[in-house]
Amino acid sequence: MISTLDDLMRGCGEWLRGEGPENDIVISTRIRLARNLADFPFTSIATEADRRQILDRVKEVVNNSPFRDQVFYVDVDTLSELDRHFLVERQLISRELAEGQGSRGVFIDRAERFSIMINEEDHLRVQAVQSGFQLEPTWELIRQWDDYLDQHLVFAFDEEWGFLTACPTNVGTGMRVSVMLHLPASVITRQMDQTLRSLEKLELVVRGLYGEGSQAMGDFYQVSNQVTLGRSEEELINKMAQVVPAVVAAERKAREFLLAEGHENLHDRVSRAYGILKTAQTISAEETLHLLSSVRMGIHLGLIQEVPIQLLNELFLFTQPAHLQKLAGSELDSADRNIERARFLRRKLGELSKKI
Amino acid sequence: MKCQRCDRPATYHITELTGPTPVEVHLCEQHAHEYLSGGSKATVEMTQVAEQVAQHYAKHMAVGQAAEEMRRADQQTCPYCGISFYKFRSQGRLGCPYDYKAFREQLEFLLANIHGETRHKGKRSSKPPEVAARRTELIRLRREMREAVDAEEYERASQIRDEIRRIEAEVV
Repeated sequence: MISTLDDLMRGCGEWLRGEGPENDIVISTRIRLARNLADFPFTSIATEADRRQILDRVKEVVNNSPFRDQVFYVDVDTLSELDRHFLVERQLISRELAEGQGSRGVFIDRAERFSIMINEEDHLRVQAVQSGFQLEPTWELIRQWDDYLDQHLVFAFDEEWGFLTACPTNVGTGMRVSVMLHLPASVITRQMDQTLRSLEKLELVVRGLYGEGSQAMGDFYQVSNQVTLGRSEEELINKMAQVVPAVVAAERKAREFLLAEGHENLHDRVSRAYGILKTAQTISAEETLHLLSSVRMGIHLGLIQEVPIQLLNELFLFTQPAHLQKLAGSELDSADRNIERARFLRRKLGELSKKI
Repeated sequence: MKCQRCDRPATYHITELTGPTPVEVHLCEQHAHEYLSGGSKATVEMTQVAEQVAQHYAKHMAVGQAAEEMRRADQQTCPYCGISFYKFRSQGRLGCPYDYKAFREQLEFLLANIHGETRHKGKRSSKPPEVAARRTELIRLRREMREAVDAEEYERASQIRDEIRRIEAEVV
């Protein structure tokens, strides 16, 4: 049973399972809710004594809940920097929680389908994630937890403005629905600018792999709602349900176009990417992500046969800095990480050729 | 008017309110974009909040008046958690749930700007909003009790403590 960070190391977690509807293009569906206890200042000005009380109260409620066996608790304040980054790479905690200060923690679902962050920007950030495009199941999962927490805690809630949050950009539902998309063909065919512009008009924000403030890398884009007030949860979900299939359809069309119009070029790009990953002696995280993106598209288009998508997802996660260092069992500087990363890739992809 | 950084006409007139005194900036589209998107350590959302407050004042009032109004708003503080509107504006984070009442006037247009709406729709808390509001009073009472203790006003402190206990004992 998964109950420590080391147990987590053995798998890839829910969002990289590579299953669920539209999984060739939609990596994962994520929903988070921001909630605050009514009787404490928001986290940024709360005293350490306040933070400890908030933490204790939430822990008590979760530990007495019927779902208590589904989760384990991690005290983020006493965690090493490496372990905090490890949890960020798995998207179980936010960078804000990792880099924050004072008493704070997270309850993690043993199946890594959700987590409850305590003393983040808001007292509570509850998030659920499913692989592929699965809005309804993700909403169901998070709603159960929210209902339970709401019954046993007093949340700051106002008749007019809904759930009150530390930043006015989250007030109302406190909900952020994010869908992570892999759009390499849209990037190659130079359609991304247009797509991004039309999404903005629909009050949707596009971010990189790690949410707020992160750059789009390796053709991965996270689309989420900007507005949280005056739209119900269902309306926010429905908007995603309408918009995402259009982006997915455009990507699929772009892939078909590339296959039809420039099959050799595309096959060449994918094969070269695969070749570099199999043979490089030193490689950065960014280049790895970029190349894995090409290989991922190649697998889904049948241009690369021997790499199972689960292996690709494993490479994707374990070549990131904190995962790599945990695998190596020691802290490594950037140059050593690049060597270790290349070694790991050669080993994993080399095992594959031996099997065939 | 020319852009302050090149010879193109200035089409963006920004009132920078992140410092102690408002500063007027006049820029062309390109430089305005650069100006608004970079330079600051604050997150995008924080900057967004500060900008929107500034834009509102700039849009609705003459320049001198906007600065005057802004100074007035900045001095307001929340009677519960004690943060000033200026602190909120410069950090982009509110101090406690009561800020939504204390800074209501300013927040109303800010929320309208951000969300295009000012009324919550969707899931509600299982408890009536009055219950939450009553609990939020504890923030003010705990602060007042700390102040009373610091001032060695023990009788007042014990009265406040009783009030805190009364609220905490209320069944929710």
